[in-house]
Amino acid sequence: MSSRKPGLGRGLEALIPMASQTTNDAVRETSPDAPKDMFQLIEPDGSVLDRLPVTLEEMRALYADMVEARVFDHKSMAMQRQGRLATYAPFEGQEAAQIGAAAALRPQDWLAATYRDAALNWRAGYPWRLLILGRTGDERGGEVPESVRILPPSITVGGHMIHAVGLAWAEKLKGSDSVALTSFGDGATSEGDFHEAMNFAAVYETPTVFFCQNNGFAISYPVHEQTRSETIAVKAEAYGMPAARVDGNDVAAVLAVVREAVDRARRGEGPSLIEAVTYRLGPHTTSDDPGRYRDEDEGEDWRSKDPLTRIRKLLEKARGWTSEWQEELEKAASAKIEEAVEWAENLAQPEPEDLFDRMFSTPTPSLQEQKKIASDG
Amino acid sequence: MAELSYRDAVAYGIAQEMRRDPRLVMLGEDIAAAGGVFKTTVGLLEEFGPDRVRDTPISEQAILGAAMGAAMTGVPVIAEIMFSDFLAVCFDILANEMAKTRYMTGGQVNIPVVVRTANGGGSRFGAQHSQSVENWAMMIPGLKVVAPSSPADVIGLMAASVRDPDPVVFFEHKSLMAGKAEIPNGEIVDELGKAKILRAGTDCTIAALAYMVPRALQAAEQLADQGISAEVIDVRSLVPLDTRAILSSVTKTSRFYTVEENPRLCGWGAEIASIVADEAFWDLDGPVVRVTTPHVPLPAAESLEDMAIPSVDRIVETVTKTIG
Repeated sequence: MSSRKPGLGRGLEALIPMASQTTNDAVRETSPDAPKDMFQLIEPDGSVLDRLPVTLEEMRALYADMVEARVFDHKSMAMQRQGRLATYAPFEGQEAAQIGAAAALRPQDWLAATYRDAALNWRAGYPWRLLILGRTGDERGGEVPESVRILPPSITVGGHMIHAVGLAWAEKLKGSDSVALTSFGDGATSEGDFHEAMNFAAVYETPTVFFCQNNGFAISYPVHEQTRSETIAVKAEAYGMPAARVDGNDVAAVLAVVREAVDRARRGEGPSLIEAVTYRLGPHTTSDDPGRYRDEDEGEDWRSKDPLTRIRKLLEKARGWTSEWQEELEKAASAKIEEAVEWAENLAQPEPEDLFDRMFSTPTPSLQEQKKIASDG
Repeated sequence: MAELSYRDAVAYGIAQEMRRDPRLVMLGEDIAAAGGVFKTTVGLLEEFGPDRVRDTPISEQAILGAAMGAAMTGVPVIAEIMFSDFLAVCFDILANEMAKTRYMTGGQVNIPVVVRTANGGGSRFGAQHSQSVENWAMMIPGLKVVAPSSPADVIGLMAASVRDPDPVVFFEHKSLMAGKAEIPNGEIVDELGKAKILRAGTDCTIAALAYMVPRALQAAEQLADQGISAEVIDVRSLVPLDTRAILSSVTKTSRFYTVEENPRLCGWGAEIASIVADEAFWDLDGPVVRVTTPHVPLPAAESLEDMAIPSVDRIVETVTKTIG
């Protein structure tokens, strides 16, 4: 075990203890009892600290997913700069947190995530084309396929955490073994919704997994200003809920910890909170400049902990990665995303009637009248 | 036929629907063992058990949010917000989430939630527990809004609200709770968006809602003594709104009054006055007149609260002065 401190955002280093000793029982040991330690399985240089929760082939698949997600992220940023997307909230740097969490879910589980969670949503079943359509400023991007149990990305900060409590409560009432995972950022933990959702979930013992991606910043506001709690994970204690803190740039560690929380919820043992410590490499959205509020060195430091690089190094050592394969992955991802973009950009504009027909199950007389006025010009 | 209070009609209406639909659940603060702070849910816990009638922490945003989450999985929910004033505490879920989900998912996701809440003044509860806020709900696209004035309407509109796939805000008036009336036998199911003419008349139309309905009826009685024949309409449902019933009455009487407990600016009657001005202008013999609470927080002091909320005397006086 190295004496190096785990990868943390500026200002937090002094507060957080070393990564926990990893044993075969590491997940259990870290979750739920040690919300201040940070669980890690793969170090930034690709060395493995403990037995991994996946086979080599599964690790290659997780890596492929992270590559595809990053291609999407870069493509979306470029499209916004070209005026083809209204706005975009990039997730670069958070691929491991998102892909790892999604990989722990089953199709019958619910997901309520945010505007920065395109990779999480996609890996859980939300098609790229709809995610792109939504970002072009077309709400038909919110028309999730019938079989997919994902809520449209939440744009208000925090309200969806409570929906996940309700989704899980209903599944519990039905006697099903579905769980609900809600993903949110460090900033959202300051919303009253976080408190209400955590408390309600604990009291009702709902199968809800609260998954916080602590990416260091809420727009420009650093996490150590956002809260005086030692970590995000320790907040769970106040609600009588177990928590874990995990290296959010380590896809294997995220998968292991989220899987544990999901299994726990599925077994009827109630909700839990996971803090995935990561870093938003890009801006908050395409409309801000992080150079104004954060240190470039910090970004460089986090680049060295890139979630993709460490898995590539690991796979390379295991002879599971070649540059040709990398090229293939990127090419295939680009083609898929290009196809999704083409679909979204060529979709006919919505009709004026859609505006009124979406409102109620049966249109009110007043809406019918307004629809007629709109249609007649 | 049996006689039932408005208060008991709430539990009666909920029980009727919970017996019909075993999926229907209910949550809110102090609704289970306590039977509700207004005693509107007495007996429901005993009949339907703690899984279907469940107390919650003091957490309005979570009550509506959890109700909405459950509704998205197909479980219909009745959620209680103890005082309608507290809708302001959970306005994000009400205004930004519940009301907009159907629209934002292209009609894919229904929100079968009834938000029940005790509304209105007359109890000396003061500025933060006495407001009439049906206009808050009315202004949000995507919400349906009802406010019954009688026990039979409570039951019938409760059934209609529960059976509606869209979110409905159901305003129960605190000052009507004790009032009793006959209710019909058997299942009672009403329809949203239908006003009721409670008294026929020929000289003017008075539109009222909830607590203002009995006052409008009393005023009409007194006006009759003075030779003025007033038609009284119980609007009942603000969204959908029965404009047809209101307009045909105005066409007949040529005079239109609203009696509103809302503070004056943007009270529900302002919208109806505008519709009448638009669509029945040439049938009117005089301006539309609104009788409202002044634009002030509702006072707690007896003398001030009584002055603020439209009284029978104020309605009579306004009509006799303006009918010309």
